[in-house]
Amino acid sequence: MKAGGSISIWFFIGVSLLFNGVLILAAGIYQYVQPPETPTVLFNLHAGIWWGAILTLLGAFYCLLYRPSRMKAQ
Amino acid sequence: MTALLAFATNNRLVHLHTVDLAIIVFYFVLVLAIGFYLKERANTGEDFFMAGREMTAWIAGLSFLSANLGSLELMGWAGSAYQYGILAAHWYWIGAIPAMLFLALVMMPFYYISKTHSVPGYLKLRFGESSRALSSVSFAFMTVLMSGINMYSMALVLKIVLGWNINFSIWVSAGTVAIYVALGGLRSAIFNEVLQFVLIWAGALLIPILGLIEAGGWSGLKARITANASAEYTHLWSTLGSAKDNPMGIHWTGIVFGLAAVISMGYWTTDFLVVQRVLTAKDMRAAKMAPIIGAAFKMFVPFIVILPGLLALAVLPMKLMPEAQAIATGGHSYNEVLPLMLARYCGPGLLGLGITALIAGFMSGMAGNVSAFTTVWTYDIYRAFIRKDASDHHYVNMGRWCTVLGVAISIGTAYLVMDFKSIMDYVQALFSFFIAPLFATVILGMLWKRASPAGGFWGLLAGTASSVAMWAWVKVDPSALRYIALSPYAKDMAENMYRALWSCIICFLITIIVSLLTKPKPEAELKGLVYGATDIPSESYVTVFHRPWFWATVVGVVFIALQIAYW
Repeated sequence: MKAGGSISIWFFIGVSLLFNGVLILAAGIYQYVQPPETPTVLFNLHAGIWWGAILTLLGAFYCLLYRPSRMKAQ
Repeated sequence: MTALLAFATNNRLVHLHTVDLAIIVFYFVLVLAIGFYLKERANTGEDFFMAGREMTAWIAGLSFLSANLGSLELMGWAGSAYQYGILAAHWYWIGAIPAMLFLALVMMPFYYISKTHSVPGYLKLRFGESSRALSSVSFAFMTVLMSGINMYSMALVLKIVLGWNINFSIWVSAGTVAIYVALGGLRSAIFNEVLQFVLIWAGALLIPILGLIEAGGWSGLKARITANASAEYTHLWSTLGSAKDNPMGIHWTGIVFGLAAVISMGYWTTDFLVVQRVLTAKDMRAAKMAPIIGAAFKMFVPFIVILPGLLALAVLPMKLMPEAQAIATGGHSYNEVLPLMLARYCGPGLLGLGITALIAGFMSGMAGNVSAFTTVWTYDIYRAFIRKDASDHHYVNMGRWCTVLGVAISIGTAYLVMDFKSIMDYVQALFSFFIAPLFATVILGMLWKRASPAGGFWGLLAGTASSVAMWAWVKVDPSALRYIALSPYAKDMAENMYRALWSCIICFLITIIVSLLTKPKPEAELKGLVYGATDIPSESYVTVFHRPWFWATVVGVVFIALQIAYW
């Protein structure tokens, strides 16, 4: 489904996931290197790192697949 | 804006870091960007009010579900799961899935073939102007009031959780919704709802995953709940034999006949807030597939809403309590389940995404209300009764102003609720008065050719009036609840189920009786509106795997399996 001219809604979703994923991943890595004084429950699982990585990969995939230049070509 | 958010932050349940604020601010920027980007595609009435009727089944289906998945839905039902256990899942399973499939397979062809732009619009075609007037005025009125109540509730939660000023939360979130819906119309609302749907899952999914790890899986969770509360909290059906055997105080007939057969059917098949999304589908097959896709996702929403409530029962060290008691004692209320669980597991970044999920839920619900209100006001009230012959451009402009007006009324309601909190109970009750009887009117209109215009109108009026009368009876004499809900052990939730059931039955009977005594519409005028007078396109040209009934069967089988698994 294309929005407006040639940008798909899935591209917007990809941008959102990519942006959030990168920030969460970076925050997770920072917390891994510098653990907080009052960690959250199950901090040892470092959810920020793997959840951030999943969102980043998913976001990048959607951005590439639905990038405006590719949509225009179709 | 980050500085503004930080400024608005005072006392709070959770502390946000810069990265969390950046995620929240980016969300606001993105939804506004989508609104501005789609402005060029909202120039005609068909574009602005019906999103050009070109949505794919996936977009329409996810939007159909997202419009319902408001923040109150998320936080309220997570709190209900803490309070009532897994019984709260009935509102996601039997209280939604059969109705969504029924909408897809039985009702959608008539909505779609009639090319109506709204549910009141269908009533006009089927029963005439008086039925449309009754349903459109009540719907428009109730929708903006409900939107305001949701807005206030969300602002209250943001105040408790984040310490945000109530005025700040109301104006920023309402202003954002007003801008993106006024600019891009229904298409903008739908696209943002799909984005919000993805963010809700991305932000909320970690809680059940980490919660189950902490609790030791489902068996560990059940053992902890049994120790902390009662084993009844983890059974879906086995405790419904008597109202006194379960935390909700309800009998299985209330769930099956009140919730599933009436309230759920009424909401998912006739509430224009959700039906409008499906009407934007690009063709009949997409229109039928959209509710099925919505149903497939709806089945798994309890994973991010009900399960966190159950997990809170198992792992939280403190006891949660009703709102009034929490305010009086300084404790935590049921509605704080999700934020408490977020704070328990989520560090910087994840917390921001979780809060964004809650805000996204609120905004999708509000945009749904506002865009539905705009369409009903412009097409079913303004064009029908105030100005009949204006240009398409005029109605689009009216739609844009009406969006702003709808948001303004919602804000006004939010402030009204702040001063007179009992209004919340009254308006929520008022909303329920119209949904249950409306289902009886619409379904008789679609499936029975003999239903006459007079029958439709008087049935709807009688059903609504009887619902109001039952509600007033219990208000005046609370002991009357035992008669309406058929049990001396019945609680508030049971009253809603049975009141809906009785009002639907009354509407049904009055419609039939009056129809048999009055003149029906000629069959030629029922073409495209009623079963037996409508040619429904065959789906034989597509493979079995592309047919709606095949996927409806798959969803139905999974739904039944879930009932058995959690019996």
